[in-house]
Parts: sequence; structure tokens; C-alpha cells
Amino acid sequence: MLHEPAAKVGKDPAFSFKRRLGVILFAVYGVVYAGFVLLNLVRPGLMGWIALGGLNLAVVYGFGLIVFALLLALAYNAACSRREAALGDKGGK
Amino acid sequence: MSLLSVALFVLFVAAVLALSFYFAGRAKSASGYYAAGSRIHWGVNGIAFAGDYLSAASFLGICGMIATAGYDGFLYSIGYLAGWVVALFIVAEPMKRLGKYTFTDALDAKYNHRGIKLTAAISTLVVSLFYLIPQMVGAGVLVTPLLGLPHFVGVILVGVIVITIVATAGMTSTTYVQFIKGALLIVFSTVLVVALCLRGLSTTPDQGGRVPYREYRSLAAAESGGTLTVSDPSFQVAEVKEVRKMRFAKLSAGGRASWWKVETEAAGALRLQETQFVVTQAGGGKLVNGAPAARDNQLATVGNMAAIAGRSGVEANTGSVGPFRFLGLIGEPGSKVRQWKEVRFADGADKVSVYYPVLTDGNRIMRPGLQFKVEGTPLERIDFASLMIALFFGTAALPHILIRYYTVPSPAAARKSTIVAIAAIGFFYVLTLFMGLGAMTSGVINLTDNNMSAPLLARSFGTFLFAMISAIAFATVLGTVSGLIIAASGAVAHDVLDRFAGVIKSDQQKVRAGKIVAFVVGGVAILLGILFKGINVSFLVGLAFAVAASANLPAILMMLFWKRTTARGITASIIVGIVSSIGIILLSPTMYELYGLDPLTAPIPLKNPGIVSIPLAFLALIVVSLLTPAGAKRAGVPAAEQAAPL
Repeated sequence: MLHEPAAKVGKDPAFSFKRRLGVILFAVYGVVYAGFVLLNLVRPGLMGWIALGGLNLAVVYGFGLIVFALLLALAYNAACSRREAALGDKGGK
Repeated sequence: MSLLSVALFVLFVAAVLALSFYFAGRAKSASGYYAAGSRIHWGVNGIAFAGDYLSAASFLGICGMIATAGYDGFLYSIGYLAGWVVALFIVAEPMKRLGKYTFTDALDAKYNHRGIKLTAAISTLVVSLFYLIPQMVGAGVLVTPLLGLPHFVGVILVGVIVITIVATAGMTSTTYVQFIKGALLIVFSTVLVVALCLRGLSTTPDQGGRVPYREYRSLAAAESGGTLTVSDPSFQVAEVKEVRKMRFAKLSAGGRASWWKVETEAAGALRLQETQFVVTQAGGGKLVNGAPAARDNQLATVGNMAAIAGRSGVEANTGSVGPFRFLGLIGEPGSKVRQWKEVRFADGADKVSVYYPVLTDGNRIMRPGLQFKVEGTPLERIDFASLMIALFFGTAALPHILIRYYTVPSPAAARKSTIVAIAAIGFFYVLTLFMGLGAMTSGVINLTDNNMSAPLLARSFGTFLFAMISAIAFATVLGTVSGLIIAASGAVAHDVLDRFAGVIKSDQQKVRAGKIVAFVVGGVAILLGILFKGINVSFLVGLAFAVAASANLPAILMMLFWKRTTARGITASIIVGIVSSIGIILLSPTMYELYGLDPLTAPIPLKNPGIVSIPLAFLALIVVSLLTPAGAKRAGVPAAEQAAPL
């Protein structure tokens, strides 16, 4: 008993578009994140360089990664919502 | 302990329990109990995500690590937040579409394979237990200053309350507890940071006049023929110990012994620097700074700036500063921070812990390197990279986070709730840098436990903020532990007992089984929380991320993106991920230190396993998938969502 398939899934015409866009944005963020890690490993001294408004590169890059994540997320949602609306989809509901 | 602290604490606990009993009616069915009936609004779920994720590790551990290791602690904030990008872009919608109650559902949706059910459930249990330990340790840490109760009482208290929350109303009450706690945490952390910036920086922090700044003494000394003498005749040198290329002198004055650090000045003159110390006597007695330990004789809290932009004393006081100026001033080349280090050694039959001050350039505080040796040996650099990889890939593989996707009605709602979570969590993580540095420079660091840095910083602004922050921190533990117990409960009752073993015969039976498991897991969590007292909670969570990233993420990603993935490949990947990550942790220098062994003799020199265990799990999946026949047709999954080239 209760060996039913997992959640029933409706049709989502925007699925392929959302997946492709998600992978592209993930790759973009991954490169920026990897740059942060590599910079720390290869040129750690550079992170102490005063980069902007009295803040060093470590702080600017760190805050930048957080803000960049949010900006990409908002852009992703806007693009997905637009595509879902165009295809008459409610996000797979 | 203050009446206000106790009152706020009792109010929080009463509110949480009332909420649970209110929602109890919604937890009669399995869907209600495990997934809140998939009726939670995405906005509420987004903040609940934050409440679930901003655990004791984030709040207490990261702030504590920043307070003692500067920017290195903030690396955890960056990594934890970056992990949400993986969750949003790769995992959120597929998880919602494929799963029902647990992460195993989604992983197994295409295969219906017993191996996946069992291993994914075990993985959920292991990761949840690893994650539970730091939360319970955090609970114990909080109740001591808040309620004046011993560590173990705090752990038991949290265990009992959480079991009540989970057993009465499951995911619905857990969601609302997390929502309320997440919102309160962000609001009051913001209040704390605003108060910090308004107070500004000082080289003689007195906590708003509440605690006088303590100046540590320095004595002139001389050495002749190997004999050390002190210029102040009231002190006699009893002995000198050499530990880790440093020398510590035991002085006696008026019948009381004290330990001083021997320092050589630039001109070659010797000085003795006053320290704080704890002596554990062979007979069991404990001396703090030379006198018997007592409620009014504890180690003094520490941490201050010795120079702010080249100035010290009254003229260095900045008054109110903007948030960026606050960070800039600490990092200026002319700024110096007085940090405290610990050294342990034996003095005859006594065990001595000496805490001594060191001056660190502000610029060093504000960039990586104090904790993670990015300028160290290749191995130390690999360790750093390993941690950052595990943090990045760990979030999207945490079972207690993934199950939150089942509480919303649609994949679009799952996506939107993740974005709300990124905004809330990202904002909070920016605040952690201020709270940690605020503790570092405000004279509030507890030398024996840096986990209390954020609440103690709040106390420097008065009892109300301390009581509020502490009560929220306690609620933080409640929210996260509830989520973890729900995840563990689902893994056992739904994945193992129902879908793997087939012994569950009805919906009600599944709910009952889940509640029983919640009791058992809660009991285990209480035990572990008591055993692991004193470990930095953020470090422990870092390990949980490594296990999750190794055991779960390769399976999730390959299931979604590689058409050739087979059920046995996934099973092998989970097993290899769990075994390799835990194996490396158990044989690491950190664990050797915990065992009481020399960390240098640890067989595996890595402290963070991700860089080895994650690729190993991928490799296992690829090899086993290629060696086993592709599975039967994946029934029930739309063709568009089968793994396929992009």
C-alpha cells in the first residue's frame, strides 16, 4: 500500500526554457564564485587592496557575490514568469 | 539572568507551543503532517526557508567565528548563500515536480528502486544528525547566560519542546515557527547592527558605560644567566615554561600565582604581558586568574581595537559611523585589533590554559587568512577550496531544506519562495559581518566559547536587546531542529517503513510512525548535543554540508541531466558519498584533536572532505551506471522532464 508514484506532475510547456536558462545562470554565478575562491588561493594579498569606498576587495567581492545572487535570481524569475505567461502556463500547477 | 530574559523566553516557548496545538488538526493526514498539505504561500515559505536555514550555525557560529577569526568566518556566509543559487537554478522546480514528502521521492521518481529508497533515506538520516548536533550544542550555549541553567538542561529543553512541536502538528507548525523566527531574527539583527553603528568604534570599549574597560598590565623584565627577573619587586618569578616557541612566566605576588607572557620588544628589552588563565588542579579544583572559580570570578570577556586608523585612547573614539565606514575603519592600514589566543600546557599535575593578547593589523582581519591558511601550504589551500566547494554544493542537497519545496502548491511557487529566501538570507549574512566584527571590537568575546558572541554583543546594548536576541536565537534552534526532525521522520516512516519495507498500511499509520520517529530522533539529538559541548557550531555545520554535497548532490544533478543514469548508479553514488565524506572526517586532524590524539598523526590531512568525496561520488555514479543496464521506462514522469541534453 501507498506505493503510489511520487507527486503527480502537470504539463509545463516552459520547462525546457527554464531548465536551459537555469543552467546558464548557474554557470555564470559559478564562474564568479570560482573566481573569488581562486583569487584567494592565487593572490590572497590582493584581497586586502582597498577597492571601493574604503572597503577592501575581500569585502566588496563578498558582498558582491551576495547581491549578484539576488540580482540573477530576480532576473531568472522575471524571465520564467514571462515565458510561463506567454505559453499560458501557471508554472506547472 | 534577568526577569526580562526569563519572561521573553517563556513567552516565546508558550507562543510556539500554542501555535503547534492550534495547527494540530491539520496534521491528521500524511500530506498534512509531512508537507503542510502543500498549502503554504510562497512568501511565507520563503521566510520559513530563511528560518530553517539561518540556524544556530549561521547566527551563533558564524558571528562567533568572525569575532575570533575576522573575515574567514564571513566566508561561511558567502558559501552558504551561494549554495542557494544551485537550489534555485537547478533543483527547486524539478524537486517540487518530482517529489511528494521527502527528497528520496524526487530522486526515486524515475526509477522506483529499493536501493535508492534505502540509501537516500539513510543519507537523509545521517545528514540530519550531523546538522542536529550543532543546533543542540547551540541550545545549550544559550541557556546558560539566558536562564542561568547548565548546558545539558538547555539541550534537553530544546529536545522536549521540538518533539512537542513536531509530534503535534508536523510540517505546518514547523513552517510557521520558522516563519516567525526567521522574520524576528532578521529584524532584531538589523536593530543590533544599527545600534552598533550608532555607538561607533573605540579603543577602550566600555559597553555603553555598563562594563568598565579593563587595561591589561605589562611589566618590565630582564634576563641574566638564564634567570628572569621582574622590575616590580612585589612579583617573584616562580618558573618559566616554553610552549610552542613562546615563553610564559609564572609569577607569585601576595601568595597568589599568575601567568604572564614573555615578550621581546623591538629594542631587545623584555616585557611580561598580563594574561588570563584557568588552572585545573589535580584534585579537581579550578582556579580562574589565580582565585577559585565562582559565579563572580569568571574569565573576563575580551576583544578591542588597539588603534583605529593610527589613533588610540579618547581621540580614537569615532562616534556614530555609517556601515561601510565601520568596516573601512577596522580594515584601515593604521588600525590594529587586540585578539586573544589560547595555549595549553601542564604545570606539574595541574593543567593550565593561558589566554594571551596579540595585536593583529586591521587589514589582516578584513581578508581571508587567519583561520583558513590561504597563504599556507598547498594542502592548507586545498582544504580551503574544499570547504568552499562543499558550502556551494551543500545547500541544494540538504534534505530538511529540500522538503520545504513540497509545502507550496506549485513549481512556480517553489521558485518564488527560493528567491524570497535568497533575499532574506543574503541580507542576514551581510549583517553577520557587522555583528561578528562588533563583538570582536566591543570587549564581549567569551574566551572559552565564541558561540555566544552575538548575544553578548546584544547584552552590551542593554538587557532588553540581549533578552530578545537570546530568545530569538533559542527560537532559531527550535525552528531548525523541528525541520531536521521532520526530515528524519519522513525518511524513516515514508521512505523506509512505507516505500522500502511496505509495512505501513494506512495514512494514519504513517503519521503515527513519523511521530514515533520524531521522539527517537529527538532523544538521539539530545544525547549528541550534550556530548559535543564546546565545539564551534559553524564548523560542525560545514561538515554536514560536506556530507550532503557528497551523498546527495551528485545523485540529484546526474538524475536530472544525464540520460544514462541508472538506479544502481544513484545508489552507488550515495553510498560512496556518505562513506568517503564521513571516513575523511573521522580520520581528519580535527577529529584526532577531539579524540585527544596528536592532529599531526591523522592519516588524512584534509579537514574538509568535499574536494575528494564529491568527485568520488560522481565517479561512482558514472562507472556503475555505465556498467548496469538502463532502467525500465520511467513511468509517471513527463517526457520533457526526463534527463536530456539541454
